Amino acid sequence: MKKILMKGNEAIARAAILGGLDAFFGYPITPQNEIPEYLSKHLPKMGKVFVQAESETAAINMVYGAAAAGARTMTTSSSPGIALMQEGISYLCGSELPCVLVNVMRGGPGLGGIQPSQADYYQITRGGGNGDYRVLSFAPENLQETVDLMKEAFDIADFYRNPVMIAVDGLIGQMMETVDLHREKPKRELPDKDWAACGSGKKRLVNSLYLDPAELERHNFRLFEKYRMMEENEQRYELVKMEEAEFAIVAYGTMARIARSALELLEEAGVKTGLIKPISLWPFPKKAFSELPASLKGLLVAELSLGQMLDDVKIANEGRLPIAFFGRTGGMLPEPEEIAEAVLKMKAEASQ
Amino acid sequence: MKTIVYQKSKGLTDAQLSYCPGCTHGIVHKLVSEALVELDVLDKAVGIASVGCSVLSYNFFNCDMVQAAHGRACAVATGIKRARPEAIVFSYQGDGDLASIGIAETIHAANRGENLTVIFINNAIYGMTGGQMAPTTLLGQKTTTSPLGRDSKLHGLPIRIAEIFSEIPRAVFVERVSVHNPRAVRNAKKAILKAFRNQIEARGFSLVEVLSTCPVNWGMTPVEALRWVEQEMMAYYPVKTFRDGDADEKA
Ligand SMILES: Cc1ncc(C[n+]2csc(CCOP(=O)(O)OP(=O)(O)O)c2C)c(N)n1
Ligand code: SF4
Repeated sequence: MKKILMKGNEAIARAAILGGLDAFFGYPITPQNEIPEYLSKHLPKMGKVFVQAESETAAINMVYGAAAAGARTMTTSSSPGIALMQEGISYLCGSELPCVLVNVMRGGPGLGGIQPSQADYYQITRGGGNGDYRVLSFAPENLQETVDLMKEAFDIADFYRNPVMIAVDGLIGQMMETVDLHREKPKRELPDKDWAACGSGKKRLVNSLYLDPAELERHNFRLFEKYRMMEENEQRYELVKMEEAEFAIVAYGTMARIARSALELLEEAGVKTGLIKPISLWPFPKKAFSELPASLKGLLVAELSLGQMLDDVKIANEGRLPIAFFGRTGGMLPEPEEIAEAVLKMKAEASQ
Repeated sequence: MKTIVYQKSKGLTDAQLSYCPGCTHGIVHKLVSEALVELDVLDKAVGIASVGCSVLSYNFFNCDMVQAAHGRACAVATGIKRARPEAIVFSYQGDGDLASIGIAETIHAANRGENLTVIFINNAIYGMTGGQMAPTTLLGQKTTTSPLGRDSKLHGLPIRIAEIFSEIPRAVFVERVSVHNPRAVRNAKKAILKAFRNQIEARGFSLVEVLSTCPVNWGMTPVEALRWVEQEMMAYYPVKTFRDGDADEKA
């Protein structure tokens, strides 16, 4: 198919429509406003639902309602807005409702700033809502990957009856790239929504309340069985130039883009360096760390935060390799040289 | 031949109600379920069980039910109704749920003219959590968090929800009713029927505020509680139709 030039946020919106979006609910926040703007123009023409909610709290609960009624539904926001949605996300998981969430991350904490950031990694993978729950989350690096994941996200959500979050940052939201919107997505056998409270006449119930602790524990065990399946089947990552690599950078999203340029600089400097790029944030791609070459002498975790994914890398590394960290935050983007220098410093320390 | 004079509405399941003796939540459940059956929409209905004593209403109403986070019933209802316009969607909310934590969601659902039916239970207290002050608690009324009685200087005045919603043009039907005696119950039934009929006819947002008892947390017997509704609550919360008409589309 033909590739077309699109802006990140518009590509996200378009891909959501192609993914089967029936109903969108959202509240304005920079840097993701082009998504609702695009959808407000296109969804009503297609007989689909667009509602600008009065708050992110309302938006996520509208999503909860539409999902409960069996619709393919989505909300998009940025960091502080996602913070406000945490209660709703916990309810969606507890009630096993599918939906797609997009977080176009910006700097924090508090009102923070509007420039690209990855400082929501804990918020995304640990969650700020109550209870034992997990949200599947994917962090694409370029627009093609974003579009492909957006389209697939609705299927993954329906398959597991769980929210799926696509986490990008303002840079990906705002940049222009060529994309093929019609790449084939992986096929999944999707179960009927025979649980949807849509006026079925069958006394269906969508609920997360279990007053009997034994019943609630059973419910949690069942959810965890599902989460275990996700951990087994949904870990996604890319390994770049790992053959005989001496060092590897671990980075996702925008940081992985910058790291690719650092790899070239390091190659010129004669230091064989690879890239481990997590695509799924939860489940964290632990599998990637069990297939690393014996040539490796160390890992450099690079993030647009002061070290959050770092924890997961440490867990996955199981103490095998020395780990260094490089981070910029607040919306500051590093030059590839800064990352390359961090690797060189690691090498110098390793040979001491 | 046996004649059936009275029977439980098909709109209610056989589950035993969890409400305290003398609590009028049960009467309102009966009215809502009868309205759904009489209007022949039980099979198309989706109810929203809100957080409060009525949270277990999902076990009682004999239709599809969705349990919503505290205060968010009208946002959840919006999502369901927009996704499935053919469904008959109602929320059943207490005064903590609707008038305090969920007032924004309720006002904006009304203002958008969402085609919904909202049953609002005003019992002047937080029942489920053990009798704390609600926004609707009357002046001087003692609760576990206003032990000296509600004081307007500290707590403001009790909030009149029906009056507030009567100022929102897209709320096409706003009525306050009571269920403290059989006549009041009959009037309440009429209002609830109307609030559902409006939705069937796609007229927009209808809200019925029901003055209800909480004998347990008011520290009264059931009979005293009914009297308190009539003498104290109705004096501050007039029982009447606040709006009944087409949405005023003018600016
Ligand atoms: C976010 C959140 N805050 C607080 C609570 C605790 N809570 C449960 S019910 C309730 C108040 C219910 O009062 P009301 O809505 O008046 O209903 P009633 O029980 O009187 O029928 C509160 C505060 C909760 N469940 N969730
Ligand atoms: S606590 Fe009050 S409102 Fe709740 S069931 Fe008992 S009497 Fe009714």
